Amino acid sequence: MALLQIAEPGLSAAPHQHRLAVGIDLGTTNSLVATVRSGISTVLNDEEGNALLPSVVHFATDGEVLVGRAAQDEQSAYPHNTIVSVKRFMGRGLADVGEVGNLPYRFVDAASTGSGQAPGMLQLRTAAGIKSPVEISAEILKVLRARAEQALGGELVGAVITVPAYFDDAQRQATKDAARLAGINVLRLLNEPTAAAIAYGLDNASEGVYAVYDLGGGTFDVSILRLSKGVFEVLSTNGDSALGGDDFDHRIYCWLLEKNGLSALPAPDIRTLLTHARGAKEQLTEHNEARITAMLSSGEVIDNVLGRAAFHEMTQNLVQRTLQALRKALRDAKLTAGDVKGVVMVGGATRMPHIQQAVGDFFGQAPLNNLDPDKVVALGAAIQANVLAGNRGGDDWLLLDVIPLSLGLETMGGLVEKVIPRNSTIPSARAQEFTTYKDGQTAMSIHVVQGERELVSDCRSLAKFELRGIPPMVAGSARIRVTFQVDADGLLSVSAREMASGTEASIVVKPSYGLSDEEITRMLKESAQHARDDMQARALREQQTEAAQLLEAVGNALQQDGDALLDAAAQARIRSSMDALRAVIEGSDHQAIKRALEALNLATTEFAQRRMDKSVKHALAGHKLSDLEG
Amino acid sequence: MPFVYFVGEKGFSMNIGSADLQQDFFSLFNLPRRFQIDTTVLEQAYRDLQAQVHPDKFAHRSEAERRLSMQWATRINEGYQALRDPLQRARYLLTLHGVDTQEESNTSMPTDFLMQQMEWREALEEAKQAKDGAVLEGLEQRVQHTVRELHRELARDLDDTHDYAAASGIVRKLKFLEKLAEEIGSAFDELDY
Repeated sequence: MALLQIAEPGLSAAPHQHRLAVGIDLGTTNSLVATVRSGISTVLNDEEGNALLPSVVHFATDGEVLVGRAAQDEQSAYPHNTIVSVKRFMGRGLADVGEVGNLPYRFVDAASTGSGQAPGMLQLRTAAGIKSPVEISAEILKVLRARAEQALGGELVGAVITVPAYFDDAQRQATKDAARLAGINVLRLLNEPTAAAIAYGLDNASEGVYAVYDLGGGTFDVSILRLSKGVFEVLSTNGDSALGGDDFDHRIYCWLLEKNGLSALPAPDIRTLLTHARGAKEQLTEHNEARITAMLSSGEVIDNVLGRAAFHEMTQNLVQRTLQALRKALRDAKLTAGDVKGVVMVGGATRMPHIQQAVGDFFGQAPLNNLDPDKVVALGAAIQANVLAGNRGGDDWLLLDVIPLSLGLETMGGLVEKVIPRNSTIPSARAQEFTTYKDGQTAMSIHVVQGERELVSDCRSLAKFELRGIPPMVAGSARIRVTFQVDADGLLSVSAREMASGTEASIVVKPSYGLSDEEITRMLKESAQHARDDMQARALREQQTEAAQLLEAVGNALQQDGDALLDAAAQARIRSSMDALRAVIEGSDHQAIKRALEALNLATTEFAQRRMDKSVKHALAGHKLSDLEG
Repeated sequence: MPFVYFVGEKGFSMNIGSADLQQDFFSLFNLPRRFQIDTTVLEQAYRDLQAQVHPDKFAHRSEAERRLSMQWATRINEGYQALRDPLQRARYLLTLHGVDTQEESNTSMPTDFLMQQMEWREALEEAKQAKDGAVLEGLEQRVQHTVRELHRELARDLDDTHDYAAASGIVRKLKFLEKLAEEIGSAFDELDY
């Protein structure tokens, strides 16, 4: 490892070493990785020059895992072992996946696998054993990580991974788990429409209200954003995390079944017809009709012609559902279609002419299509990753995003009490007090749910935990304060505290659908690509990188504010903690580095606080000065 | 909305001397503690503050700084939420004055207000049945008109006469109207089906 550079006192630090960071669009149909090179966001291609990695994973009987086109080639022959559109299953249970009967997979309910996961999380039986959607997604992410590290010639500092804005907590958590499983440090989970807005906004230097209409392979999002003076403020978001281009394919598939009087097809035939349905849909973008010919395993030949008008007719209510979400988003933003200055189209499915038409009619203006709808999300994510990694000043713009769905608690009678309403700007926290129902009640079950409906049974259950040790009191006299905190990734943690006795319980919401830290560790250990030595070497490198970054950050902070905010003794204490860390950083004991890191973190807490206070005062002072000037 | 700001009297160095996580939201945004505030000044202060403390600015910094950044950004969002919306702002002002708005305990309402509510709710039900968007729009406008009127009364009670009991009564009325407005919103959503 290179020696760390320290600038001469009073001079600004040497330019930062460029940290390798990428943006990853983990899509339903295709996935991409992009990075900022020489100030320009670029999608990284594979060796054959392909930008899009089909989000298809094939588990071969010999243990080999294929991802992308190679996996796609196996899908009709081995439908059970070739997983397509796995994103639709992220953070989902069997009951959530409506079309189970029409998919060529062998689903398993997690309860029966004995893996310790809460019941309800769906898994798939493959030639390589039972796999969760998190593990399957991790295979896609590993390929993208390898592609990026090869192209950039080094290890990644981290990645921004995009998620549909309408993803709930369970789906976000599952995505983050998949990234960790793939050995990727997640700098941020970023909402896909927001990522697209960054790519567009920075290109066009736009001001005003914009709508982002993002119809992907399996998810639909709409976000209403206000862009002004370098601030991207998401006003509202809406959507459907189970509506996408796949559903349009599915309509064609059902039409084929009906036309040919088919039912209960074997799995390879289902996959064949779905693939042909997708082809027909894409053809109808350019042509007025598409001919579908296929041979089924029975030898029966399918030969049908689908006209554009018939296709539009059979999918009209899907389009209507997206417009419905648009109306709700505008209503939540307290705006009308006329207030929107531009409409950005994202996702391959927006190429369908009747979508373009419907959105254009809705807003009374032609939608914007100047960036490739398949690439725009990854490009925006890369720009944000570059900032988060510290490669840019970061004063250039500010991103204010929201949570898509209300978070609440179950109260008596199975009713939901909303604690954080939808479209709250994140990070966000809210505390609410609850009380006991019975005399002498000493425990309380806290059930965290997400959704807009009044009844718990209509919302998504995120987690349940218990607060025990409440002192026995008359019903209604205990005061239990429950605090929800949503971080900048949109992930929730909940804590509960009985105010009189101070009894406390808290959890990071790792619901039913996510993986525990132990499970991630176990999976990492089991993974063949992560032999023990590898793991330790990686842990050491991670600690060294983190230590180097912290030393640089603290060094810069001391240079800027050390004399102004700290006395000589306090500065000396921090410097000695820095020396202690420098003394172990080159060693091979990652535990020692970790301890020194923690010590330095602790030693700088007070300093960090004072710096933050100074920043806040500075913001207001600048603001008032400009008022005076005006 | 008229806007009064005492820059000359206090000077900026004094006002900003107490920036900490515990200070009240008006001081946080450097605004006078009044119901009538200039929302463009609030917005600008909000953005300036978030530009300094938002977690995106600290993703590559130390753990201590990342944690502080999240706390600050959370607090600033909370404050913006509390001051941006007039009803929330009135509630918050009353809390600062130590006044309980009795929104849960005090359900007595002037008869004329209750009659009006019943009439509007009936109109809402009828419009829902008939799927009549025009009637819903008319209803929404009447509710909004009343809400604006109540905001003017709040400004008088909170900023001029300091009649906090009267202000609490208006807060309770506005809570009713907020619920009604929400229901009108859902009724609009239902229209599309």
